[in-house]
Amino acid sequence: MTATTSVVLAGVGGQGILLAGTIIARAALSAGFDAKTNEVHGMAQRGGSVIAQVRFGHAVNSPLVEEGTASVLGSLELIEALRFAHYLAPDGLAVVSTQRIIPVSVSSGKAAYPADAEARVRAAFPRLVLVDAIAEAHALEDVRTANVILLGAMAGGLAIPADAWREAITASVKPQFVERNLRAFARGQALCR
Amino acid sequence: MTVELLSGNEALARGAYEAGVTAAFGYPGTPSTEILEYVAAHFRDAIYGEWSPNEKVAFEAAAGAAYTGARTLCTMKHVGLNVAADPLMTMAYTGTVGGFVAIVADDPGMHSSQNEQDTRRYAAFARIPCFEPADSQDAADVMRAAYAVSEQHRTPVIVRTTTRVSHSRSRVVLRDREPAPLPVGFVKDPARFVPIPLWARPMRVRVEERYAALRTAAEQSPLNRIEWRDRKLGIIAPGIAYQYVREVFPEYSTLKLGFTHPYPDALLREFAAGCAEVLVVEELDPLVEEHCRVLGLAVRGRDLVSGIGELSPLRLREVRARWEGAAFAAPQPIAAAADLPGRPPVLCPGCPHRGVFAALAQHDVVVTGDIGCYSLGVLPPLARMDTILCMGGGVSLAHGMDKAGEPKPVVGIVGDSTFFHSGITGLLNIAYNRGKATIIVVDNRTTGMTGHQDNPGTGRTLLGEPSPAVRIEDVARACGIRRVVTLNPYDLTATSRILAEELAADEPSLLVSVAPCVLKVRQRVGPVRTVAAAACKKCRACLKIGCPAIESADAGQPPRINPELCNGCGLCAKVCRFSAIIETEVRS
Repeated sequence: MTATTSVVLAGVGGQGILLAGTIIARAALSAGFDAKTNEVHGMAQRGGSVIAQVRFGHAVNSPLVEEGTASVLGSLELIEALRFAHYLAPDGLAVVSTQRIIPVSVSSGKAAYPADAEARVRAAFPRLVLVDAIAEAHALEDVRTANVILLGAMAGGLAIPADAWREAITASVKPQFVERNLRAFARGQALCR
Repeated sequence: MTVELLSGNEALARGAYEAGVTAAFGYPGTPSTEILEYVAAHFRDAIYGEWSPNEKVAFEAAAGAAYTGARTLCTMKHVGLNVAADPLMTMAYTGTVGGFVAIVADDPGMHSSQNEQDTRRYAAFARIPCFEPADSQDAADVMRAAYAVSEQHRTPVIVRTTTRVSHSRSRVVLRDREPAPLPVGFVKDPARFVPIPLWARPMRVRVEERYAALRTAAEQSPLNRIEWRDRKLGIIAPGIAYQYVREVFPEYSTLKLGFTHPYPDALLREFAAGCAEVLVVEELDPLVEEHCRVLGLAVRGRDLVSGIGELSPLRLREVRARWEGAAFAAPQPIAAAADLPGRPPVLCPGCPHRGVFAALAQHDVVVTGDIGCYSLGVLPPLARMDTILCMGGGVSLAHGMDKAGEPKPVVGIVGDSTFFHSGITGLLNIAYNRGKATIIVVDNRTTGMTGHQDNPGTGRTLLGEPSPAVRIEDVARACGIRRVVTLNPYDLTATSRILAEELAADEPSLLVSVAPCVLKVRQRVGPVRTVAAAACKKCRACLKIGCPAIESADAGQPPRINPELCNGCGLCAKVCRFSAIIETEVRS
């Protein structure tokens, strides 16, 4: 019996975090694992902090990831990676996009966005892949694929074969977007090497 | 064998389909909304589905459908059952003909709700069966069992789901649809369907007879099962709690409860007798625990497991340490995260509600709010809402404050879907009882917070059929409101002026702020704006409207408008006294 693998995705509502979680779970199922995901809907989606959680393995019970146990943490925003860093296992892999999204609490002067956020991320994660998923997505001429670029970069830390990823992406996006998302995933994988 | 990755809500819909359901009714509410959306998207040829204006109407319509013999589904969130409690409590007497299942979604932890309440209390209150699935496969299985029990015992049934069941995805084995067992056709039988005292008294007796029979059914149901492992500790776990218990107490015996009311007494006794110590792990209220004590069983529960908020593997890890008498230190956020700015949800860039709150900020009034995206107007920097109670409450509270002699003018705010849900009766009350509150309907032509469901104002049904689009202005006039004004929330000057006029009036007014939800239309309202740094005096007035597209990490610098987030509504330009916010030339 293999141990259960846990993954946490973090970001800001609207960045495509939930879809990324579903793709991981579908890929795990294609690879023959049991899988469960959890996501947050409703009020929390309106521009707030969002996390999606995925667990896969021989047989999965809880859909929630226990703090300190995730094998991989992916984040599409710098400080959101820090906010959820304690979900990662001590030897876990962090894949973080360098994007800074300023919350309204900062813009309205009630709080400060740490100027050293990137340095904090570098210090917080011993195993870190830092990417600029937004710039990479612009380079692929579709900013909406930033989430799949992040997934590609995370894939190196997950024991899921390439054809399972391909199957999951194909099943999770509209037919006309499959090719560009497969390209985005490959771009993410290349960034991780 | 076909296996799909389904959310709990999708699996509940799938289970209803497999059970032969032909009619489904509900009102949107997180975390229940996706059940009917999935029915409409996947099973429309087999199941009639509708969004009713509120949960009471949905429940009553569903009861009517079930009286004809149809297998019927009704969906809502936990607070929705408060609205539908009236038909529930008496349908428990009349019973049903076709299978009747109300799926009620609780929200422990209040991810998107105004309170935590345990729907299992309603099942106990009404003395009807309650089922609690633990994951998506369970959800589909529970639905088929629930319809069988409902028809066999002629009782309405509650399926209680929770946020983590509804919004988690896991494998579901798809099964074929069963044919609906009964023909549709109402059979007249007033002693069964008319609870006047003459017939209600014998119904009351039958409720108790049925309850005893249901207890036997729960005791024999495969949805309740003992898993014997180490008997030093036995854990009773309904719903999602079972999954967390299996993670954290893998070596101990477990009684998994899926058919949780009436309580399966024989099984509870057998389990307790076979274990050295028994612990009940349940989310929210200690119902099973209290019942075990009624049976004289020694159990632990609330002394180790708090009923506040939702359970998680981590919380059970702490429970385990306390049970073992061991020390426990929960992993905490890292030190580098200690001073991070919060990121609560906010109104979207370009949201039409923002203009209404910006205008309200220019007046000294009390604002009674309501449930919807516009609830976010309570948060800083807008902070232009003073109360929220319940669906429709914004309208009635405004009237009550006004009648109590509140010295400031009172404004009630309600969304379009919430107005149709239960704002109309409050408005009728204001007109009838000669109130003078000002009510604003923020009409974004959809049910926004729950993800864009149609409502009586949108001119479309759940199944996508055209229907009459009710005009809120017409409803207000029909209620007896004479001052009815339609306004454009992006025109701040006019909105503020109209507000001043209506606040001064000695009779009630209804203002309808009409502009579609920007998240729904997915089109910019106007050209993207930018800050002309040379003209900016850094007065920060534009930051007081709380738009997430206007970013300022350094008060010494002009704010920046993020072109990827800006929806071009132009509200920021209207609050800038120095004309420093200008249209960008290229619309991207």
